[in-house]
Amino acid sequence: MSWRKSTFRLPTLLALLGFAGLFAALLGDGWWDALAWVGLALPACLSLWALPRRRAARA
Amino acid sequence: MRSTTIRRWSFVHTWTSLICTLFLLMLAITGLPLIFHHEIEHLLGDAPELRQMAPDTPHLDLQQMVEAAKRERPGEVVQYLAWDEDEPNGVFAYTAPTADAEPNATYTFMLDARTGEALDMPAANGGLMMFLLRMHVDMFAGLPGKLFLAAMGTLFVIAIISGVVLYAPFMRRLEFAQVRHERSTRTRWLDLHNLIGVVTLSWALVVGITGVITACSDLLINAWRADTMASMLEPYRDAPPLTRLAPASDLLRIAKQAAPDMQTDFIAFPGTRFASEHHYAVFMNGSTHLTSHLYTPVLIDAQTLDVTAVGERPWYMDALGLSQPLHFGDYGGRPMQILWAVLDVLTIVVLGSGLYLWWVRRRGVQSAAIREEAIA
Repeated sequence: MSWRKSTFRLPTLLALLGFAGLFAALLGDGWWDALAWVGLALPACLSLWALPRRRAARA
Repeated sequence: MRSTTIRRWSFVHTWTSLICTLFLLMLAITGLPLIFHHEIEHLLGDAPELRQMAPDTPHLDLQQMVEAAKRERPGEVVQYLAWDEDEPNGVFAYTAPTADAEPNATYTFMLDARTGEALDMPAANGGLMMFLLRMHVDMFAGLPGKLFLAAMGTLFVIAIISGVVLYAPFMRRLEFAQVRHERSTRTRWLDLHNLIGVVTLSWALVVGITGVITACSDLLINAWRADTMASMLEPYRDAPPLTRLAPASDLLRIAKQAAPDMQTDFIAFPGTRFASEHHYAVFMNGSTHLTSHLYTPVLIDAQTLDVTAVGERPWYMDALGLSQPLHFGDYGGRPMQILWAVLDVLTIVVLGSGLYLWWVRRRGVQSAAIREEAIA
């Protein structure tokens, strides 16, 4: 099954990255913070990408 | 998933969300500017600015700071002195009519540690930011307000979990992040609600749960007082009330000796809820990133200045300490603050679209279609 077809594969991955990032940034600065930025930016960008109305985006 | 199971989870999701949505919207809207409260206070000129002096100007003795605070607020007592890593020459002073006055009676200002000069902190005592903070923390209703918001936060967490369960039947025939823009407004917003809800899951859960823990802080502090303080203070149970306090001058040095690897975060004066009737409590935090959020109190006899005990940290006080950064988003630099704000706005979108979907379904428009779509 493709990654996008699976209901929970990508959401689980995103959630784990999110949790890992949130707690990593508690441990230090620099790379630790960067992990949090990635973990939070992925959901933010995905959502912002999906929001605008697109007619016939998927043919 | 069986249709009765879906209906049950759907019931849980609908009602937990509906009850908390209005308050969660209020929390998300008031919380948004609070993410940037430091920046906004600087912009408004409400942040205290210390005068320029030679970089190695010595600091005043701590007792002189106490006197300076009392001069600024005649008739009040000093409750707390606190330090800020961003402003090494400033000390936050908190005074109130009595040591055990309720938290909202406290007046906050800054003292220049080199001169004892008092600087106003208008944002900490009133104004728009304080209004937003009070709305966010207790809706001006004190402890009942905090506990009510804690209950709303708990419902929000249940709504998130039931939302994840319902995500499965709704997404059965859709790919991840597929939004049916070409279909009806309702379908489009259902897809967006599901997508944004599921990708912001970890952030919303962490901010929700740490918010609930923070809202219960008064209860946790009381539990901590009953658990740890009570046994340490047993010898003082029948001691007469103090008529005068030993000077605060040496408190930092004494506390540093008792807890050498830590630094002072704040001092609670005798009679406040973080100290005892007979003690100064110097709250030390650790030197690493993680332990800087964890507090260890050093109890110092307010008459003899002997160290009575170095307090233990029960797990729930550590949980409270770690909940602060995880709720405020202030521990990962400017990018984290901005992402915190974006995710906050996205939560508003999820709450709003959820309300809209419920409204549309309630009006009966295509109500059967939704259920069929989920079960088919």
